[in-house]
Amino acid sequence: MNKAKSLVSITDFDVEEYLKILELAAKFEANSYRNVLNGRVIASLFFEPSTRTRLSFESAINRLGGRVIGFSDIETTSSTKGETLHDTIKIISNYCDLIVMRHPLEGAAKFASEVANVPIINAGDGANQHPTQTLLDMYSITKTQGTLSNLSIALIGDLKYGRTVHSLIMAMKHFNPTFHLVAPPELALPNEYKTILKENNIPFYEHTDMSSVLNEVDIVYMTRVQKERFSDLMEYEKTKNTYILRNEMLAHTKANMKILHPLPRVNEIQQDVDENPKAYYFEQARNGVFTRQAIISYLLQLNV
Amino acid sequence: MGNIQGKQMVVSAIQNGTVIDHIPSKNLFKVISILKLENIDTQITFGLNLESKKLGSKAIIKIADKFFMQDEINKIAILAPEAKLSIIKDYQIVEKKVLTCPDQVQGITRCFNPKCVTNHQNITPKFTVIEKSPNVSLRCEYCEKITDFEHFKFI
Ligand SMILES: [Zn+2]
Repeated sequence: MNKAKSLVSITDFDVEEYLKILELAAKFEANSYRNVLNGRVIASLFFEPSTRTRLSFESAINRLGGRVIGFSDIETTSSTKGETLHDTIKIISNYCDLIVMRHPLEGAAKFASEVANVPIINAGDGANQHPTQTLLDMYSITKTQGTLSNLSIALIGDLKYGRTVHSLIMAMKHFNPTFHLVAPPELALPNEYKTILKENNIPFYEHTDMSSVLNEVDIVYMTRVQKERFSDLMEYEKTKNTYILRNEMLAHTKANMKILHPLPRVNEIQQDVDENPKAYYFEQARNGVFTRQAIISYLLQLNV
Repeated sequence: MGNIQGKQMVVSAIQNGTVIDHIPSKNLFKVISILKLENIDTQITFGLNLESKKLGSKAIIKIADKFFMQDEINKIAILAPEAKLSIIKDYQIVEKKVLTCPDQVQGITRCFNPKCVTNHQNITPKFTVIEKSPNVSLRCEYCEKITDFEHFKFI
């Protein structure tokens, strides 16, 4: 038996597959309710709670005419009785056609994909990967810019621990972007990723202040700067207001510029930005449903 | 002293057994520990901080009456990628083995990442070797984090 194709890491897909997903997502946006799952059963296994991601997936499954089984919290599972992840996945993969899983341990989804005989979609494994977020980011970029290619993108905030930023770099490196990396020195992009950018001849510029960058770029990708990431709290106090986007800062930005954020936000995008047409983060979340419909359909090779 | 000039032996010869040469000096004690040489009761001699054109400073181990299995040898490869094994029979080298660092490493060291699933479940750690010399570094197949040589924890 061929091993089912899973989406564990953003690098599991190649460029053609990225484009295929985006094409399918556009179809689902045009008509989201398509009974292509026709009663098939999808397991939604949330070993740690993440209500927004879970509901986005469950909405996608329901719109495809599928049924959802699963749990949203580890307290209700037999893992708390000491069952191994191996056994849990082995058993549940007998009950369903695809597994969506979120797990606090890094690499859990990869391990599950080795154990299961149905596709696995990684809905987040600790601080490691969250590939459906990246694909919905890409869908949002292509939808607002009309292309993925030759864009100037500012990545702002926590570039050290922000997994969405790392995955976005890995995916967008195929589309000739220019990156502006805006972060406090303590949360700068890890060298590993800078090396990848250099190897791919992708221009990138590092900044500690976003004001010089905002007017130049097509996409502003904001992330949270979390207090607990700082070893030096003085440093946090000094920088915390530097990475907050306010409406007045958008006055001279490009007309096509859009602001993305993986959400949830705290205060890094002030509420007065929300009414600005350049604020795109709520539509971005909406795009997540179409993108997840596309990913499920693609992995199950459904006729859309 | 001048003991490493010419052909003079710094570590005495063995009649039968294995000689492991070209171990980076700083890794000698780790090599000893992963080969579990402390459990061997035949004669073992070693030389440390010997001059080496290639490594700067090298170590050598001579183990009498001991011949290694392939999986034991693989464990050395990630610690001492340049190491050379000589199999000795009757004071003669009968076979030379050059270690080449594998592209994949399985079940030798643990992942450095405390949040990696392999450190919480009964899962054999698997790595892709992303750097082979001078020091090996490994990327975990599961959590994708990189474990450097300094953080190897042998199983
Ligand atoms: Zn790992």
